[in-house]
Order: sequence, then structure tokens, then C-alpha cells
Amino acid sequence: MRIVCPFCGERELGEFTYLGDAKPARPAAGASEDDVFDYVYLRDNIAGAMSEHWYHAGGCRAWLKVTRNTLTHEISSVEPAAGVGAAKVGA
Amino acid sequence: MVSHAQSHRLESGGLIDRSAPLNFRFDGKTFAGFQGDTLASALIANGVKLVGRSFKYHRPRGILTSGSEEPNALVELRTGARREPNTKATTTELYDGLEAASQNRWPSLRHDLMAVNQLFSPIFVAGFYYKTFMWPAKFWEAIYEPAIRRAAGLGRAAGVADPDHYDKAWAYCDVLIAGSGPAGLGAALAAGRSGARVILCEEDFALGGRLLADGGTIDGMPAAEWISGTLAELATLPDVGIMSRTTLFGVYDGGTYGAIERVNDHLPSPPEHQVRQRLWRIVAKRCVVAAGAIERPIVFAGNDTPGVMMASAVRTYVARYAATPTRRIALFTNNEDGWRTVETALGAGLQIAAVVDARPDVSAAHRALAGKTGFPVLNGSVSGVDGGKDGVRKILVALAGGARAEVEADGLAVSGGWNPAVGLTSYHRGRPKWQDDISAFVPDGAPPGMVAAGAANGAFGLGACLRQGFAAGAAAAQSAGHNGNTGTPPVADDEAFLLTPLWHVAGKGKAFVDYQHDVTASDIELAQREGFESVEHLKRYTTLGMATDQGKTSNVAGLAIMAAVSGKSIPETGTTIYRPPYLPVAIGAFAGHHRDENFHATRLTPSHHWAAEQGAVFVDTGLWKRAQWYPRAGEKDWLESVTREVKAVRSGVGFCDVSTLGKIDVHGPDAGAFLDRVYINTFSNLAVGKARYGLMLREDGMVYDDGTTSRLAEDHYFLTTTTAKAGPVMQHLEFCRQVLFPELDVQLTSVSDQWAQFSVAGPSARALLKQLVEESEDLSNEGFPFMGARQVALRGGIRARLFRISFSGEMAFEISVPARFGNALVRNLMLAGKQFGATPYGTEALGVMRIEKGHVAGPELNGTTTAADLGLAKMMSTKKDFIGRVMAGREALAAADRQVVVGIKPTDKTRRLRSGAHVIPKGEIPGSANDQGYVTSVCFSPTLDQWIGLALVERGRERIGEIVHAHDPLRGESYDVELCNPVFYDPDGGRQRG
Ligand SMILES: [Zn+2]
Repeated sequence: MRIVCPFCGERELGEFTYLGDAKPARPAAGASEDDVFDYVYLRDNIAGAMSEHWYHAGGCRAWLKVTRNTLTHEISSVEPAAGVGAAKVGA
Repeated sequence: MVSHAQSHRLESGGLIDRSAPLNFRFDGKTFAGFQGDTLASALIANGVKLVGRSFKYHRPRGILTSGSEEPNALVELRTGARREPNTKATTTELYDGLEAASQNRWPSLRHDLMAVNQLFSPIFVAGFYYKTFMWPAKFWEAIYEPAIRRAAGLGRAAGVADPDHYDKAWAYCDVLIAGSGPAGLGAALAAGRSGARVILCEEDFALGGRLLADGGTIDGMPAAEWISGTLAELATLPDVGIMSRTTLFGVYDGGTYGAIERVNDHLPSPPEHQVRQRLWRIVAKRCVVAAGAIERPIVFAGNDTPGVMMASAVRTYVARYAATPTRRIALFTNNEDGWRTVETALGAGLQIAAVVDARPDVSAAHRALAGKTGFPVLNGSVSGVDGGKDGVRKILVALAGGARAEVEADGLAVSGGWNPAVGLTSYHRGRPKWQDDISAFVPDGAPPGMVAAGAANGAFGLGACLRQGFAAGAAAAQSAGHNGNTGTPPVADDEAFLLTPLWHVAGKGKAFVDYQHDVTASDIELAQREGFESVEHLKRYTTLGMATDQGKTSNVAGLAIMAAVSGKSIPETGTTIYRPPYLPVAIGAFAGHHRDENFHATRLTPSHHWAAEQGAVFVDTGLWKRAQWYPRAGEKDWLESVTREVKAVRSGVGFCDVSTLGKIDVHGPDAGAFLDRVYINTFSNLAVGKARYGLMLREDGMVYDDGTTSRLAEDHYFLTTTTAKAGPVMQHLEFCRQVLFPELDVQLTSVSDQWAQFSVAGPSARALLKQLVEESEDLSNEGFPFMGARQVALRGGIRARLFRISFSGEMAFEISVPARFGNALVRNLMLAGKQFGATPYGTEALGVMRIEKGHVAGPELNGTTTAADLGLAKMMSTKKDFIGRVMAGREALAAADRQVVVGIKPTDKTRRLRSGAHVIPKGEIPGSANDQGYVTSVCFSPTLDQWIGLALVERGRERIGEIVHAHDPLRGESYDVELCNPVFYDPDGGRQRG
């Protein structure tokens, strides 16, 4: 498999580390235990296009949001995480 | 050296170099061949028919094919450490001095006593593993399996390390082509002319595919002339690379292909500094599979007799190698292509004994040739072979009308049609589809970017191969963005194929489907009767297609027979799943240079070479080599050295390289806020110039990592991690920064490799460091108190970071200098420390002192412990959100009966402790019901003069003083220990603050 890193270009799988589903969002401070439990443990088992977190460990150390078809391994989009680079979000 | 005459070599012709004679040995006998021969062609040229014994029944076997699909002619190639079992004689290039031996026979190939297995053949039928040796169970391991393994088998591995090197490499292209036959060369021409970057892989050492044996006319010239013209043109194209001796064996996601290049397999041993094989990963935008087709046998009794050979292989040996497998040959065919063998044989002056054609309507031209030459054409099937280890004597023919005939011949060429090589196109779970006119499976789609052309796509005519290959090459180049002029395509006529399917001829005797695994037609019939009708069941039950050749000559025939006996069509019966690799690939090639000391990268600490000079014993810690202890002359074991090192620290001063800790610079106005979210305790209120111990949780509430983090400036923290988690913590913090908290203005820089860091510990640590820092630096307890952290100037002008932190429990510092000065620093510590008796200490002494102090480390931070389990609950801030906070509050994680860290001491002071022992209440019988925890870390404490340890014990902190039982079934030990305060040494911490 090959992933097109927005910073480094097309690179092979071995440079990347997989984390998992990128859909769950970390609940804000003060969230209930149930909400945090869902965030930590509950995942959809998707057959098809799935948004995933990948880390370009062997490259620029960017966290990427990769849309990958779990049936075909086809990658339809790669976006950098919101906080990649020097600028802070909302600054 | 006198070698046997090449009795079966033609006077002239062939693609061999008669000016380059080569000697070789097979089973100890010396023979001669020529450059350009394979081992198989050279054996044939010397009249050798018997080359091996079969897997189960030890039947005599000869050479069946001339390619990589060969099931029979497997040999042990080379000797000693380079001995390679199961090497195909048909693809082994001959070299001078080649040594090969036949396999699976004892004592010799001609007199194989194991052939008695044939008499017991009723017990070796399909599924015999499952049926025959069921009872008693223990007999299987002790008697049956070893006996079967001795009697049934292939070659022997060398049994010693491979002395050769293997390489791994990447390549990139627009169009990758598998195969150099007419379709492959046609594709290369079109793609190359259009300007695409082309790589063509050919597993043979010669280019041309079937053209090398079958010839033909292309663009009005003989095939050989066309090949050389084409290769000359390809050589002029700037971006066309041709890799011979290279098999494309697999296709992976994203247009990545695996290929194995046999760089130096054709030499006795690789030249100096060269590799034997190279594993290629080729990234290609498009791929044209022009891998050809494999001729398939017809299953009849005695079809494994030496001298029975595929018709195309006969043509290859005669035309390409000028070697005649037979002098008087019969042909058994069900298609027109088989008849080409007659032309080739006659051209070489061989006698045709008869042609047995299963089709009733043999053409007038063939009949005229037969009449003119004087051989009979029999309409019918070969039903048996009279022969043995010396070859074929007679062919038994069942004539179409029901009569029987016999034909005297010393060889039989068989053509049951051709199966396109559908492997590559089917490796992503593709299922090939049935094509009626050729009675064969052809690709039905392919992985993205791949297309089949020519015979691999079911197009068997020469003209069709050229057309399809050229068109596929042009299309592939175009879709990869290359639109140059492709010029005129090569042109040739198409031959007729006209096949009438025939898979199996009934008859008396064993009729083999899978030669390599000795699977017969009756095995398949038996499997069907016993309910193993699905092809995947058939495969496992009979082992059909599971040998090293993966059923290249047998799979389709096997499922055709299954279809016939189960009353289904062949497409209904279907194929098994195709999986890479196409050919066996040596594990050594996958390993490449990553073996022995290069299995993984090695990281050396800045003081490594100095430590080696001191005679340090090193231990592998992840990728690092760390000094474990520094033995001195006269010390009898590691314990004595470690004990000395600990005592030296506690009474004077010692130093230890701790550069392996992960180090991260955290910069930015929000650095403090960021650390507050990743640590359970607060860092935003840490004063500049101070250090603090921090603990991180995972989001599920379990402890992740710990370390000391210092504030060097308002917007600059220096964070350390454990050695083991240096990489993972960096990745985790980047996730927090980039994904979870993008609104924070903070940057992370990994500086683990940039700083050499040493712990300098002991009552004389300050005095020692004073020798190294500028006089103006105040290291006094007031000027540099416990948990202080700041930059200092070293004598000589180097800036260092100094931290007053202590893992040992002594008055201690950690000093960091840029990594390039690490070696100088350790030598200066040694020099300046001489007057204080400064002693280098290793990871063992470090571990002893941390256990004496009750500090937790890897064995306690094991992914199942909470902050409270470690006795660090008070560090958890209640005033802020942080990673893991909510989940750490779950009922079970806060339960009172959790196993928590506690100290242990044996009641018998002389006893040694062992980690891993289970903790059981005293007086109870050990068992899972009353297992209350386990011992995590132990050491001999020189300070207390006895073994001590840390353990995770249920309600441990409430049970200080209780005597419990340590139960160690692994080592067969049982003894009493006392639960105690985990801080064995200086519990109020006066020494580290002093
Ligand atoms: Zn990148």
C-alpha cells in the first residue's frame, strides 16, 4: 500500500503507523463517563470507505486523516490533521 | 577429466554454446554439457531419464517439463552450506563444476528401498493422515509422524547458516511487463516507443519465451531474427530496462509488485561482494502480464513413467538445447499445438512411433504427413505405459472404437492443452473464468492497473500474442501519461488450436494428477465419495496442488476430474484461491541483509566506546546496547561487580550513561497548558529552573509512561520519557498536539539523540561536578537545590544542562551535553572523579538502587496498573482535564482490592527472590482462586545485605508486615515473604535532598 503524504509525497506503507478510526472526537472536559467510554472503546467495523488516523513516523511526523476503503485498500483522500505545522488552529 | 559422451545431443543446432563445454556431477557421476544448457537439458543430452523418486510412493520419475512448473525433477543443488533442496533442474542454469543430487531415495536413486511404500499404497490414499494413524493418539508423535517423515519427503536443507548475501531493492516504472515472449516483447516495444519507463521481467536467462523453442515467422523474418532486432531496438530506448533471471511473484496494494532476481544462481558461488539473489519491490503505474501458459498433462495410468514428457518440453529440449529425450517418440494429443512436436522431432531426425489423437477429425495435412513419413495416426487415448525406471518401452492405446493397440516407443510426448498462467491476475482473490474454446481458465479482471495479454490471456496464436501484447503495452503507456508514436505493431499468422477437452483416461494402475504430491485420479474420486467435493476441501484432503510447485501442472486437471465424478461442469466446480508467491522464494531473500548482527539497527550510547574500553558487559535494551556492569579483575560474577558499583555510589560517587531516555523539547506559549493535558499532575505552575516528576496515562486510565520534566524557560520545557517508550511517547504527544489540541500553540522536537546525559550520584557527586563546571557556577544546596534544573557552563566553554534529580536516592545530578561531547564528558568524569573514587555503574546497579528506593519502572508500568496501584494517586490533579482522567475514575480502576505496589523481603534472610512468583495468603493451597498478585522486580540489596523486591499485591498497602507465601511453580520454589514499605532505603528522602 502507498500513501500520498501531503508534505512528503507518495510513500510506502512501512513509513506509516496506523492508529485507527478517525471519526470519534475526544469529548470536551467535563464530559460524562459514558461519553468518554464511547470515545475510548466503541468503534464501527466498517466495510468500505473509512476515515483513519495514520502517522508518518518515517517521514515528516505528521498525523494524517486517510480515507481508505477497507475492502480494497483504495485510498481516496489524505488530509493533514488540524494541528499539523506551526500555526495553531483558531489563532 | 573424462566425462561421459553426450549420447543424446544433436550434431548441430540449439541455443547452446558448443565452444564452451562444462563439466558437472549428478549423483556423483561426471557429465558434460554446454553453456546455455539447464541441468535438465544437460541430463537429457547425456541420456539420463531417471532423476528423482516421488514424494510418497518413491516412484521413479523423469523430467516432465522444461520450465518453472516442473513437479518431478527436483534436486539438491550444490553442497555444504550452499546445499539447496528442491531446486528445479529445468530452471537451473548449468555451470562448470555444478554438483547436484537426486532426492528422496535410499540408498540410491536406482535402488530405492523406500519404494516398498508402493506396496503399502492403500494406506497412503487421500486423507491417510486423518484416517490411518488416529489411535492411539500418542503413537502419532512418537512413531507414525517421524516414520512418515523419513519415508516421504523432498530434499534436505543445508542445516547450517547460508554463507551468501541477499539484497533488497526498490524500482519504479510506468509499465511493468511480466514475460518476454511475443506478447511481452510486443508490449515492451509499444510502451517503450511511446516514451514510458518500462521494466520487463523474464524468469528465464534467455529472452523470447516459447519463440526460443517453437520459432515462427514475425514481420516476414524468422523469430530468432525478430527477437534480436526487437532487443536491439529496446536497447536504444532510454527508459526500457530488461531484467532476466527475474520472476515477478506477487502483486500488492497500490501497484507494488514483488520480484526475485537470481543474480548469481548461475555461478558456483557469487563473486566477491556480490549477492546471490535480490528481492525487488517494483512500484508500477501499469502492469502487463504476458506470463504465457502452462501445457497440461492428461491423466492416464503410468503417466509418471520416466520418458513421458510434455509435448512442448520435448520441443524445447530438441530445438533450444539440441538434446533428444527420446529416439523413437509417440505423441498423445487432443489439440493441434501438440502436432508441432511431430515437425520438431522429424526435423531433428527422430522417429515418430505413432500419434495418438483423441480427436476423431485429424486434418488431411497431418494424415498426409503421416503417410509420407510412415507413422500411424491412432484415434483414441493412451491408457497405459509399459516401462519403469529405465524409461518407456511400450504405449498402450485404447482406440476410439473400443479396440486396443500397443506402440513401441522410448518416449511419449503429451499435450492436453494449455492453461494460461492466471496467478498474478488472481492474487487479489480474483476468480478466473472458464473459456470454452480452449477449455481453460482465463483471467476475469485483475488487480487495479494490471492487464493480461497473449497466452496468459488465453490467446494462443502467435499473431494474437503480438497484437494483444502490443495493444496492452500501448494502452498501459497511454494511461500512465505517455502518448508517443508507437509505430507499427509486429505481425504474424495465427495457428489453429482446435482442442477437444480430455482430462483423464480410465485404465489399470496409478494415474497421477499431482506428480509432486503423488495425488492420483482415484484419490480425487475417493475424496468426492467421502464428501470432500468443494475444491478447497479437495485440496486439503488430498493435498492436491499443495507441493512446492503449487499444482501448476495439476490443479486444473484435478478439478476437471472432480467435476466429472460429481456431475458438475468445470466452471461450477471452480478454482481454489490463488496466492503469491508464484514460485518458492528463499526466506533469505526476504530477510536480505537483516540477519545476525544486522537483524535490526543498533543504537550506541555516547559513552559506548569508552565503556567497551573499560570492559563493560552490554545488554540489549530495545535497539540500544547499554553497559550492564563493569567487571573488574578478580570479581567472580556479575553480582560481585554490581554490589561493588552500588556500594561505591552510596558511599562516594558513581556515574551512569542515561542518554537512552527519550528527550523532547516542548516549546511555545502554551507549552505548560499542553503538558497539563498530557500529565496527570500540573506543569504550568512549575517554576522556571525546576524539575518535576510526571506521570502520563493512556486515555483508558492506565499508566502509560513516567519521567522528569524541567522548565528551562517560560515557554520551554524539557521532557524525558523511559527508554522503552521514547518513540511511542513522541508519537502520542504529536497526536495530542496535532489532532486532540490543535488550538494550543506548542511545538515538539525530539532531541533524544542530540543530548548525551549522565547521572552522577552519591555523596561526592557535587564535589566531582565542581571540577567540571566554571567556578562561578553555584552548586551548593542553596544555589542548586533538589529538583533544580538550569544551564551551566562547563570549563572549556561547553554549555550543559544540569538537573538535580535522583533515581538512586543519593544526592545526585543528571548532566546533559550535546551528544558529540558525550565521549569527552565521560572521560572527564573519570579523570576528575579519580580523587573521589568515582565508579562507572551499569543498568544492573541502576536497577538495584531504584528497587531499594521503591521507584517503579518497566515491570510495574506494565500497562495494567493505575496511578493508584503505583501509590501515586495523590499526583492526580482534580483541577484540570488530562488524558485518561475520566476512565481512571471507573469503579473497577478505583476499587479497594486492586493489586498495588508493595515491598517484599524473604523471611529467611539468606533466600534469593525471583520475579514472577505468585503471592498466596500464608497457609492456603496455591491456586487461581487465592492468587493475590505477583512479584515484579527483585534484586540483591548490598545496602540491606539481602534480597528484596517489589510486588503487586491485593490491598498490599493495608497489609504491611503480613507474612505471605511466594509460590513459583515454574522454578518449583515456595517460600515465605514479608510485605513491607516499598521504600527500603532512606524512606524520608534526606539523602537526595542533602
Ligand atoms: Zn510526510
